[in-house]
Amino acid sequence: MPVLKAGERHTVSFTLNGREVSGLAEPRLLLSDFLRHELGASGTHVGCEHGVCGACTIRIDGLATRACLMLAVQVEGHRVDTVEGLADADGTLGELQAAFRRNHALQCGFCTSGILMSASHWLETDPAPDEQAVRRMLSGHLCRCTGYGGIVKAVMEVAANRRRDKKGGDV
Amino acid sequence: MKPAPFDYFRPQTVEEALKALGDHGEAARVLAGGQSLVAMLNMRLAQPALVVDIGRLSALDRIAVEGDRLMVGAAVTQAMLERWPGLAEQAPLLAAALPWVGHFQTRNRGTVCGSIAHADPSAELPLCLAVLGGEVVLRSFRGRRTVAAARFFTGTLTTLRRADELIEAVRFPLKRPRAGYAFRELGLRHGDFAICAVGAVAEGEHLRIGIGGVSDRPVVRELGALGNEALDDALNELAWDLGAADDVHATATYRRGLVRNLGRQAIEEARSCRS
Repeated sequence: MPVLKAGERHTVSFTLNGREVSGLAEPRLLLSDFLRHELGASGTHVGCEHGVCGACTIRIDGLATRACLMLAVQVEGHRVDTVEGLADADGTLGELQAAFRRNHALQCGFCTSGILMSASHWLETDPAPDEQAVRRMLSGHLCRCTGYGGIVKAVMEVAANRRRDKKGGDV
Repeated sequence: MKPAPFDYFRPQTVEEALKALGDHGEAARVLAGGQSLVAMLNMRLAQPALVVDIGRLSALDRIAVEGDRLMVGAAVTQAMLERWPGLAEQAPLLAAALPWVGHFQTRNRGTVCGSIAHADPSAELPLCLAVLGGEVVLRSFRGRRTVAAARFFTGTLTTLRRADELIEAVRFPLKRPRAGYAFRELGLRHGDFAICAVGAVAEGEHLRIGIGGVSDRPVVRELGALGNEALDDALNELAWDLGAADDVHATATYRRGLVRNLGRQAIEEARSCRS
């Protein structure tokens, strides 16, 4: 690969929520800004820009990751999933989103997309979590509205529903 | 909070990476997981002319047992090591400490060697490497050298790594017979920087302790075989020797208290789980 020069814009191609996309990015452009400003995917929010608040969390090749701690040029050829991919095409909320709504797990919504993307990956690694484990996962996110109670409830509820579905043989 | 301009290079081989580091020296920075470096770029605390991205070099993403050591390559993420089968049996201190390293969301990309290279005084992995007596494998186009962890960390965010060197791997000593290991930490939230972190090793009657988050680098002390009262005295002496300072998170007095209390807890746990 040639050196990508500072100050020049380079083509970056990857899979975003199942679709092939590409855009132009300087080496210094953060993935969070690339998604929002170049590709118009503004569901990923930007808070602290140093990896602490968790608002920009997305999934790269399935793994929950801070979009503000990655350069756009790093995702060349990778699979990226953002909150826009959670709902159905007709706008029907995804499983986690519906649970967040039922349990009042959001108020202003700034932190929500990041938490949804974290939880979607994390539940794959721990399908039967206890409350402490959920809270530990949430330690990577700041929410200043909810006090986290509703979020914990929503994530636990989705985990329980999935286990029940599995036992019933429906899924 | 946006990085200053830099050139970006993603080498296809380790040799290409070493050549780029050799050619650019101080002006180049290695990007692996980016969980420390990109934050530094965003805050413009680092303003390299060239970023060398080694994150996709498959030659560097190996975890392997080599003799009595666990070798962890430069591209291995903290999450990969956390999931490595046998970690709890073969490297129990790492198994205990890894859940404290950043958050789930940063461990997915952050690398083990990157944390060692960054050398934050409160970081868990440098503390583990130091208290276990591990080593750092440095490689440049001129060759390889191995540096003991005890010498590698020289102060806040500074190490013996030369500008043209890549940390190719780190080696953690595996669990030894009749040894027990324990880890303790206190931070404001789980996953935040440690106000005080403690790693303890009890091997037979011999005790060794390492403290992070209090001095400008992890500090390791051989305590030897001590009875209860002598242990309290030794921990108190250690707490005073660390040169704790007041900052926005905690006072020096509080930090000394943590060294005494977490130190005691970690040593008791390490003693009780000797096997």
